[in-house]
Amino acid sequence: MAAAAELTLLEKCLGLSKGNKYSAQGERQIPVLQTNSGPSLTGLTTIAAHLVQQANKEYLLGSTAEEKAVVQQWLEYRVTQVDGHCNKDDIHTVLKDLNSYLEDKVYLTGYNFTLADILLYYGLHRFIVDLTVQEKEKYLNVSRWFCHIQHYPGIRQHLSSVVFIKNRLYTNSH
Amino acid sequence: MRLFVSEGAPGSLPVLAAAGRAQGRAELLISTVGPEECVVPFLTRPKVPVLQLDSGNYLFSTSAICRYFFLLSGWEQDDLTNQWLEWEATELQPALSAALYYLVVQGKKGEDVFSPVRRALTHIDHSLSRRSCPFLAGETESLADLVLWGALYPLLQDPAYLPEELGALHSWFQTLSSQEPCQRAAETVLKQQGVLALRPYLQKQPQPSSLEGRAVSNEPEEEELATLSEEEIAMAVAAWEKGLESLPPVQPQQNPVLPVAGERNVLITSALPYVNNVPHLGNIIGCVLSADVFARYSRLRQWNTLYLCGTDEYGTATETKAMEEGLTPQEICDKYHVIHADIYRWFNISFDIFGRTTTPQQTKITQDIFQRLVARGFVLQDTVEQLRCEHCARFLADRFVEGMCPFCGYEEARGDQCDKCGKLINAIELKKPQCKVCRSCPVVKSSQHLFLDLPKLGKPLEEWLEKTLPGSDWTPNARFIIRSWLRDGLKPRCITRDLKWGTPVPLVGFEDKVFYVWFDATIGYLSITANYTDQWEKWWKNPEQVSLYQFMAKDNVPFHGLVFPCSALGAEDNYTLVSHLIATEYLNYEDGKFSKSRGVGVFGDMAQDTGIPADIWRFYLLYIRPEGQDSAFSWTDMLLKNNSELLNNLGNFINRAGMFVSKFFGGFVPEMVLTSDDRRLLAHVTLELQHYHQLLEKVRIRDALRSILTISRHGNQYIQVNEPWKRIKGNEADRQRAGTVTGLAVNIAALLSIMLQPYMPTVSATIQAQLQLPPPACSILLTNFLCTLPAGHQIGTVSPLFQKLENDQIESLRQRFSGGQAKASPKPAAVETMTTAGPQQIQVLMDEVTKQGNIVRELKAQKADKNQVAAEVAKLLDLKKQLALAEGKPLETPKGKKKK
Repeated sequence: MAAAAELTLLEKCLGLSKGNKYSAQGERQIPVLQTNSGPSLTGLTTIAAHLVQQANKEYLLGSTAEEKAVVQQWLEYRVTQVDGHCNKDDIHTVLKDLNSYLEDKVYLTGYNFTLADILLYYGLHRFIVDLTVQEKEKYLNVSRWFCHIQHYPGIRQHLSSVVFIKNRLYTNSH
Repeated sequence: MRLFVSEGAPGSLPVLAAAGRAQGRAELLISTVGPEECVVPFLTRPKVPVLQLDSGNYLFSTSAICRYFFLLSGWEQDDLTNQWLEWEATELQPALSAALYYLVVQGKKGEDVFSPVRRALTHIDHSLSRRSCPFLAGETESLADLVLWGALYPLLQDPAYLPEELGALHSWFQTLSSQEPCQRAAETVLKQQGVLALRPYLQKQPQPSSLEGRAVSNEPEEEELATLSEEEIAMAVAAWEKGLESLPPVQPQQNPVLPVAGERNVLITSALPYVNNVPHLGNIIGCVLSADVFARYSRLRQWNTLYLCGTDEYGTATETKAMEEGLTPQEICDKYHVIHADIYRWFNISFDIFGRTTTPQQTKITQDIFQRLVARGFVLQDTVEQLRCEHCARFLADRFVEGMCPFCGYEEARGDQCDKCGKLINAIELKKPQCKVCRSCPVVKSSQHLFLDLPKLGKPLEEWLEKTLPGSDWTPNARFIIRSWLRDGLKPRCITRDLKWGTPVPLVGFEDKVFYVWFDATIGYLSITANYTDQWEKWWKNPEQVSLYQFMAKDNVPFHGLVFPCSALGAEDNYTLVSHLIATEYLNYEDGKFSKSRGVGVFGDMAQDTGIPADIWRFYLLYIRPEGQDSAFSWTDMLLKNNSELLNNLGNFINRAGMFVSKFFGGFVPEMVLTSDDRRLLAHVTLELQHYHQLLEKVRIRDALRSILTISRHGNQYIQVNEPWKRIKGNEADRQRAGTVTGLAVNIAALLSIMLQPYMPTVSATIQAQLQLPPPACSILLTNFLCTLPAGHQIGTVSPLFQKLENDQIESLRQRFSGGQAKASPKPAAVETMTTAGPQQIQVLMDEVTKQGNIVRELKAQKADKNQVAAEVAKLLDLKKQLALAEGKPLETPKGKKKK
């Protein structure tokens, strides 16, 4: 999904009515937003955080110092680790690490839904749709989290819904 | 909370520097772990530094840790900081880890280390100087400064990697480095060992993925849209209203062009192409074409301009080529000189003289400089062991010897390198050496040679550089190369060769030797000028009044920036030395290099057979000019840029502006009554024009081209918003508005034609002929936007400027130049599509348009399904487009469609 399309999705789920126009810069097609009030903003997570503020939903950026830092850490992870690597091995390392991280968590910050969940969901979508049933079971915690986010009101929009099977098929896998 | 660090992990720098912010808010323990220890239980790969929070959670991102410390101190996040940190993670870190890996793990130096980070450093520098703020996100030092400082410190603490021309970056870096928390962090992490302290850690890290393939980019840095003040608008309007009156008288063309005291005198040289090679596109953009744009620009400014170039003809390579083709060296030179001259003529290069180095003037000037160097004690003699073929009675240059490799025993090793094991060989070490010409065995003989004593000339050279470099427009890569040569120390440089084809050495005992081409090739500029005018010394011995701009690819920098200045300084004859050394990076071809032998890539003589006009080649090459970093020629990109930028943007705008004048106003420019919107547009165009001038004065040729395209984009938008084709049918006020918009638009088109002149001279002349632009306006470009086509001016016949490039046409060209079938398809593939279609084809298309129109009407009448109607309408529009193209008409956007 192109960054501009992703930001448009985000605008909708934040309830922002006026659609912004985005241009793209350079080979990696980094999104650029020309704001009314000041200079342009460059970069997916930068613009996303700006939109959250525009929608007066700052709580999506975290409430405490710790939460704020954690949200930004996973946003950075999204643009460097998830977007940076396209080959299969790398993405499996990402899924393995996330799976282990999410073992005792509902959301990326623990108990609060944030922008990090939204952008990581958008970023991982193209990989998760291609996973086999067995792989989805292998990354059980990621699957649980992903399934939860895609049912969160207003997040998924036109993206395909990924099917997860509730009962385990491969009892020996861990 | 507990912070885990590791010896030599670069991430520790910003974290330690930021840690002070959290002081008094939370207790911080620091533990040192091994570089491969997995501190974070859920991460597969080891990662330090890591902050374990009291909640048990981990922060494993360096920026996130620093951010947390800042947040604890009550700091609030903001967009600009977020933007810098995102840029640091996605752009700076990949570039930096490549540079550090080259430097620390692979032990490389200089340009290899610097080039991956050049773009990123320039970006920081530009941002700092554009905002004219001492810090990245405002007036005070903040999170973004510490994170970027920490990332950059290991590299930039070596002054060799902090170029002084990046002044804003320089002072920002110094300010931060001198602050106490940063100093302490630097001492703790680097332990005064410099960047080598990182080695134990970096060696354990996987090779950065960004090393695979050097980054090339055809895209420029983005510029931000400026805001306009009322004064700027008023000034732009005043200048516009003065119109043609403000043009100074056109200076008559002098012959010969000579410098005039008190005026700006610009001497421009392009690196001399070596005579026995046909230049490829990379050679052409690297020097002759770049220099041509600057020369044409310089003439548009009415500066006294002399642009010269010529073929470099002496040396071994010419002798070899002569032997291959069974000609004398002189015949080879005569033959290839013509080939070169023809290629540059086709590319429309505006040399004042295109000469050659094999002339009596060359001998005279070279020998004079040499004698002066000898007389002043700057020439040394030394003995060099060399192979000599007794049978041919001459010393053998490396490429004339073959033998057995002393390392691997390969039978056909060359004199300089073994093709099998790749090792470099000193020719006298070859076993069983053979003369390539007569196959007899050469013997080792010692031969006397002359050396230019560079160490002795080091001091005057450095004095000259100190005086010349600051404030000049030497490109960063040129400064860098010269600096690294000086740092590594100057060594005496051999200036003679045992050859016949060269400038003879006028010294007893050296009668059978000639000067090494690199001693006398740069003197070629002087001798070529001397062949142009006997008053050549007015240019070349006049450093006070002449600005010398020398254009070349970066491999030529040492000879122009160091060796020749040393000869000239040593000769003590008041020579004009290079004021601005303009060096490009390399141009790749598609995904690799140009290769004559494999038939890969487009060479100068083939460009004309493609059916693509010279101006389109010029445009695309200049659009991707390797300015600041390598770039690549790509056929697909060329098609894209032609169709989107030239056809749809520039060509569309200029053509519409002219068509409106012809169609709606009978060919006469209408009255213009400016509204405040028009005044703003005037100011925007003026601003962009001034930007164009600033860039070209700094020889940022590729960036200045973007200004032209930006203006025409403004123009297109202006027409689109004001819809003169609708207003012309409206009431009196509407018709007047249509007139103003048309008049302003056609004046912008006239301005564009002049700005375009350095880049696309033929297209520029075509536009000026179509618009009947008054002659003085064609040859002078001021810094203000003038009304050059006043109301009542009559324009000529307007027609489309550019042709669409088609996919299959480009695909067949790509095939043709991809190697392997270099000789296969001599037929130009493009000819049919470049001419307009015949009347028959047009008739067929017209019939189809009518037929399709009926289908649409019927469907609409039946109130058919929406999607079905839309599909048929799309077909109709496509047919109309084909028809318009076939008739050679400009594409008009459908009227109902609104654009913002």
